[in-house]
Amino acid sequence: MDQGHLVHMANQIARNLAAQGEDAAVTMMAQHLKDFWDPRMKSAILSVDPVKLDTIAAKAIAQLGAHP
Amino acid sequence: MGYEPQADFGTPQVLSQTSVTLSIDGRAVTVPAGTSLMRAAAECGGSIPSLCATDSLEAFGSCRLCLVEIEGRRGTPASCTTPAEQGMIVHTQTPRLEKLRRGVMELYISDHPLDCLTCSANNDCELQDTAAEVGLRDVRYGYAGDNHLGLGVDRSNPYFDFDPSKCIACSRCVRACDEVQGTFALTMDGRGFATKVSAGQAGDDFLSSECVSCGACVQACPTATLQEKAVKEIGKPERAVVTTCAYCGVGCTFRAEMKGEQLVRMVPWKDGKANHGHSCVKGRFAWGYANHKDRITQPMIRDSIDQPWRVVSWDEALAFTAQRLQEIKAEHGARALGGITSSRCTNEETYLVQKLVRAGFGSNNVDTCARVCHSPTGYGLKQTFGTSAGTQDFDSVMDADVILVIGANPTDAHPVFGSRMKQRLRQGAKLIVIDPRRIDLVRSPHIEAAHHLALQPGTNVAVLTAMAHVIVTEGLADEAFVRQRCDWDEYQDWARFVAEERHAPETLEAVTRVPAADLRAAARLYATGGNGAIYYGLGVTEHSQGSSTVMAIANLAMATGNVGRRGVGVNPLRGQNNVQGSCDMGSFPHELPGYRHISDNATRALFEQDWGVSLDPEPGLRIPNMLDAAVDGSFRALYVQGEDILQSDPNTHHVAAGLAAMDCVIVHDLFLNETANYAHVFLPGSTFLEKTGTFTNAERRIQMVRKVREPANGMADWEVTQALANALGLGWTYTDAAQIMDEIARLTPSFAGVSHTRLEAEGSLQWPVNDAHPDGSPIMHVTSFVRGKGKFVVTDYVPTDERTGPRFPLLLTTGRILSQYNVGAQTRRTGNVVWHEEDVLEMHPTDAENRGLRDGDWARLASRTGETTLRVLVTDRVAPGVVYTTFHHPATQANVVTTEYSDWATNCPEYKVTAVQVSPSNGPSEWQVDYEKQSALARRIEVA
Repeated sequence: MDQGHLVHMANQIARNLAAQGEDAAVTMMAQHLKDFWDPRMKSAILSVDPVKLDTIAAKAIAQLGAHP
Repeated sequence: MGYEPQADFGTPQVLSQTSVTLSIDGRAVTVPAGTSLMRAAAECGGSIPSLCATDSLEAFGSCRLCLVEIEGRRGTPASCTTPAEQGMIVHTQTPRLEKLRRGVMELYISDHPLDCLTCSANNDCELQDTAAEVGLRDVRYGYAGDNHLGLGVDRSNPYFDFDPSKCIACSRCVRACDEVQGTFALTMDGRGFATKVSAGQAGDDFLSSECVSCGACVQACPTATLQEKAVKEIGKPERAVVTTCAYCGVGCTFRAEMKGEQLVRMVPWKDGKANHGHSCVKGRFAWGYANHKDRITQPMIRDSIDQPWRVVSWDEALAFTAQRLQEIKAEHGARALGGITSSRCTNEETYLVQKLVRAGFGSNNVDTCARVCHSPTGYGLKQTFGTSAGTQDFDSVMDADVILVIGANPTDAHPVFGSRMKQRLRQGAKLIVIDPRRIDLVRSPHIEAAHHLALQPGTNVAVLTAMAHVIVTEGLADEAFVRQRCDWDEYQDWARFVAEERHAPETLEAVTRVPAADLRAAARLYATGGNGAIYYGLGVTEHSQGSSTVMAIANLAMATGNVGRRGVGVNPLRGQNNVQGSCDMGSFPHELPGYRHISDNATRALFEQDWGVSLDPEPGLRIPNMLDAAVDGSFRALYVQGEDILQSDPNTHHVAAGLAAMDCVIVHDLFLNETANYAHVFLPGSTFLEKTGTFTNAERRIQMVRKVREPANGMADWEVTQALANALGLGWTYTDAAQIMDEIARLTPSFAGVSHTRLEAEGSLQWPVNDAHPDGSPIMHVTSFVRGKGKFVVTDYVPTDERTGPRFPLLLTTGRILSQYNVGAQTRRTGNVVWHEEDVLEMHPTDAENRGLRDGDWARLASRTGETTLRVLVTDRVAPGVVYTTFHHPATQANVVTTEYSDWATNCPEYKVTAVQVSPSNGPSEWQVDYEKQSALARRIEVA
């Protein structure tokens, strides 16, 4: 999967959830990826360098990695 | 059923809590108070002659034939305009009445051609019937006087003729256009003997007039003055079958009137609960595609897409397909395979395709065209209300006091419901339109929006949050409703958020371009104007914040207490005939039928037990993800039923690249569509006229689709999917569609009470239909939300990444028009092309002048993803800086220009916002020329 595209998608989700507050947004985003992303997409985003990700996205993806 | 015209009670049904009992010709009859004597007589089996009355129109009282005598009253009043009263004694057949009626009929017939034997009415003529009913034997005045018999026939409309020589000036057509359709295109021109029906203004014919060809006038005409060309050519139908339209999500029911295997006409069914006997140009007339010469009726295969197609037997096609799929699965795994269900096919067919993908292919890579239209509705309404569906039935609009239309154009895209909405607006309901374009509803005959908020494309969330700001800060919220029905803590969080000054209309005006005072007034009207109903369409969903906008709409409705009763609600206007059903049937990659997540062990176990397979617990790929994965090499095979993703999905170049990268693309369709250019297998499909099943419309109404003739391809679509499943060794044994519905009901709680038997008996059912709602659910969330407490979700405005700039300074937004339907595969193969034979680019006069473009000029439309050319239509319907076009024609392929930006939650494409530049052009783009050549090559069929 095109990592650049997945990074854009992840950051977009993060920006749209940011208004929930960071902690809630991180949890909601991790759940969102779990619920809606195909395994190869999840696998690809887990291997992305976190510096490319917004804070919420990076934390959410880390949470997803810890609790797949 | 055999052929019998639908019963006509003369005047509309009256709904009243009180009833009256009277005597008509010695028979006691009890009717609701306010019912006309004409209808009361009809309801007790009587018949009063009439010509200007029909039960779809208000009584008019002009033909003077329906006279009656009432004991104790003087004169002979018209029965159509006289209400029944308690204790009345009415006589409808007396010597005095007979004499009067005969005299009136003499006058009519003295100016009417006496060509009954050759008339295209084929004896289906109310004038002829009435002459017989009154016993007319001669005309004392003769036929030599002044008359209208020499008037010419207007044949300009592709579907019906207007022959004024047969007109009796009853005004039914004019009133149908006014009262039912609401277009006011027809008028009675002139006075006295010179009176004639006129379409539009002097010099107009039907085609050049404002007529939208809905057919209401044709249906209302009591003679052959307005007559379908097909009836003229084929003759009188001999049988009729009630079925459901296969165009938009309104779900109109029609009588398919047949002569042998030949469809003569589609007549809207008066008992249809979605359309109440009305129709639009597509459902009424645009069915010719079913017989079009382009239709492919034999399976075809090819090893690679640069080869011509080879016509083969069903057995060979299915064996070829199964072998390819099995090889790909063996080499790349189950997750390399997937399918796309069709929102044009039946529930039963859609269910089978998702079952084939999950149980046969072994993946959850199944998606549907709702991905590119209403997937944000699924997400947003499930989050806030608990289920993915509109809250109301269509009739509910007649109780609305304030109608808020956002990102929808009902008179073009959902025309029959649009007409109903206009009826309510003419009765006095207030209208708020939120749309960058001045859609017809903003100002049309006898209708003017109280507010048109012409927002900048892409700022829906900002506008709705600003409305919420006004409602909360001005104390207009219905806190009693919120406390009782919603999560109060979440409401308070939301209220604090929207009350922030940054969400004030004045602050956001620079972003939305909506004057703050207008927005405040609109918010106040919605919150305080009585029953507030929101109707929305793809102008809400097809944005990078589509899901947020749906949730913002739900927030507004909950905050003002506009949920859970008639006249209010949140109403997504679904695009395709069965887009609601395809979503209900588990077409999304993360959900099994009934919107239950694939990761839910109990639900998955239910299906595993029933289907006898193990299911993948992980969500599958969405359509855009499938295309990305195909380019990446991990997705290799796709079964596409009744969908043309190459034309309909964004960034055509990327779609083409994804399809071209696959090893096996199976297109199951009526025509060699654009996607088929990249296919290895073509499985011919059947039309809605050729199969039995059900569609579910936008009000969750499940209705029967009934086969009226045998499939031209030999199999209904569900049979083709079953044959493919069996070629893969699945051993399916469905013998009819009813068995499939039984399985759906067995496995889907919201459909538990649905069966074909019940639908045949009751006409339609609105889900949920189960123990809690045994008779279905016209209105949802009446006492509590499906999820329990309504959930307020904070929705912040996040600008799209698609930005205008020096290279692409304009914003393109796309949509559809009345006469064409989606990618046009059906409507482009009908007479509808007379209204729209090419896509055009709407452009504001200022923008056009700045570019040296005039009306009709060729223009190059370019974005960062691609370019195309099309003709310009200069109009102030669009605001400066905004251009608009449709995507109905592959020669234009508007989606060459649209981008891959999509809704954050669902990947629904952002069709409504593309930064573009427009410049003069002198012909098709290089891409268009190349595509035409490539298409011709891809469509070659090897001669046997």
